[in-house]
Amino acid sequence: MAYPETYKYTKEHEWIEVDGTTGTIGITDYAQSSLGDIVFVELPKVGDKLTAHETFGSVESVKAVSDLYSPVAGTVAEINSALNDAPETINTDANSTWLVKVTLTNPADLDSLLDSAAYTKYVEEETGH
Amino acid sequence: MNLGDLLMSEAPLRKTALNATHRSLKAKMVDFGGWDMPVEYSGLMAEHNAVRNGVGVFDVSHMGDIQLRGPGSLAAVQKLLMNDASKLQIGQAHYSAMLTPEGTFVDDVVLHKLSENDYLIVINAGTREKDVQWVRQTIGQMPSTHINDYSDMYTQIAIQGPRAVDVLQKLTDTDLSTIKNYWFTWGKVAGLYNVMIARTGYTGEDGFEIYIPSDEATSARVWQEIFAAGEEFGIVPCGLGARNTLRLESAMALYGHEISDTINVFEANLGRYCKLDKESDFVGKSALQTIQNAGGPNRKLVGLEIVERGIARDGYPVTTLDGTVIGEVTSGSPSVTLKKNIALAYVPIQYTALDTEVAVTIRNQPVKAKVVPTPFYKRAKK
Repeated sequence: MAYPETYKYTKEHEWIEVDGTTGTIGITDYAQSSLGDIVFVELPKVGDKLTAHETFGSVESVKAVSDLYSPVAGTVAEINSALNDAPETINTDANSTWLVKVTLTNPADLDSLLDSAAYTKYVEEETGH
Repeated sequence: MNLGDLLMSEAPLRKTALNATHRSLKAKMVDFGGWDMPVEYSGLMAEHNAVRNGVGVFDVSHMGDIQLRGPGSLAAVQKLLMNDASKLQIGQAHYSAMLTPEGTFVDDVVLHKLSENDYLIVINAGTREKDVQWVRQTIGQMPSTHINDYSDMYTQIAIQGPRAVDVLQKLTDTDLSTIKNYWFTWGKVAGLYNVMIARTGYTGEDGFEIYIPSDEATSARVWQEIFAAGEEFGIVPCGLGARNTLRLESAMALYGHEISDTINVFEANLGRYCKLDKESDFVGKSALQTIQNAGGPNRKLVGLEIVERGIARDGYPVTTLDGTVIGEVTSGSPSVTLKKNIALAYVPIQYTALDTEVAVTIRNQPVKAKVVPTPFYKRAKK
């Protein structure tokens, strides 16, 4: 599984791509594969304040619910509402299907995230793949 | 994402003879009641749809098999199980259950009459040891009955869906059109003699379950032959994920959810399989008679359709529209076939009328639902 090198990762399997003070957040390919067919996404509202490492929504497959944990502190600037009708897009391409865009309020949060190599190693260790 | 529950299962768990086959097919494996079982192969929705529209195959060898034989075996079965075994003919099976003295469930079963004085009880995987002990304790002292636990002797394969009969027919000379629903016979299957072929299943579709010797080589070979025969019908292997969504749409009970040792027969809506009028006494009979004479149960299992946006899942609270908790979801999931979110739940009797509006608490929010008829899905009659 490829984990883009320009992204940073959480141990809870979210990715974030940062451009200036905007962070685009999604879930990793490993996460979508573990969940199976995604049928439901619950996202925050524009303007909501997110706290680093706290839940901000959920992704559900037929068989499971999984909370989304924010990689960073920030304010929600945009949400991908197309996912309400087509949540399965995440399964098709997790690396480019974004969930929310946030305006970072504490860029130092990024320092504690994993880079692509560290996340790859983490997944291998956790699961034996 | 908290993927803890979805992490791949690790040894040591019990394995069926087909375990290596599942792993070679790259199935996602999970711990199901202490068994290392496939939860999905190509994907839950694809597997579910294959069973509804074509044919799918399940390894259900983790289930158990108890055989009762001897001149006293009918009397023993009649005491042990709630349905009336005296109504069965040789080659016929029926749904039944072992009950506690309170009329609640030890396990649900399918009882097969193999011949006079010879009965096969198929039991759940997670309750194998408990059930065998219960059988020995309950009827072990009855005369002329021999109890055998044959659970490890069989690989049990379920071939399910409208094309299941076409697939299996290619592997046997037995005329499958003569086997009616919930009947069984023995025939030569994939070169093996005297394989039990039962028209039973847990999906709500037509289908068969076959019982073959449980050595790995035989099991793997027969599995391959089934898939070769089924290729033209788009046959796929199916895991426990699809098994659950299929049985839920058909409102079939799952032990530990709709039935348990704290739920009685009437609450679970399974009274039609419980013959209080059969002459024999059976464990639980008098408790159920008392409940019936007192006017029936205070709560009942109902089907819910979730009306607002949200997926109700096992264990979620059911409330009135103004937020008073009145019950609980026993099983809930998206319905792959019906494209709605459905659930089974226990609610007090006064909330069981069709179209009654209730709410399910989903992630701390009340989400509207309504009582609907079950089963949610019924296959078209031919």
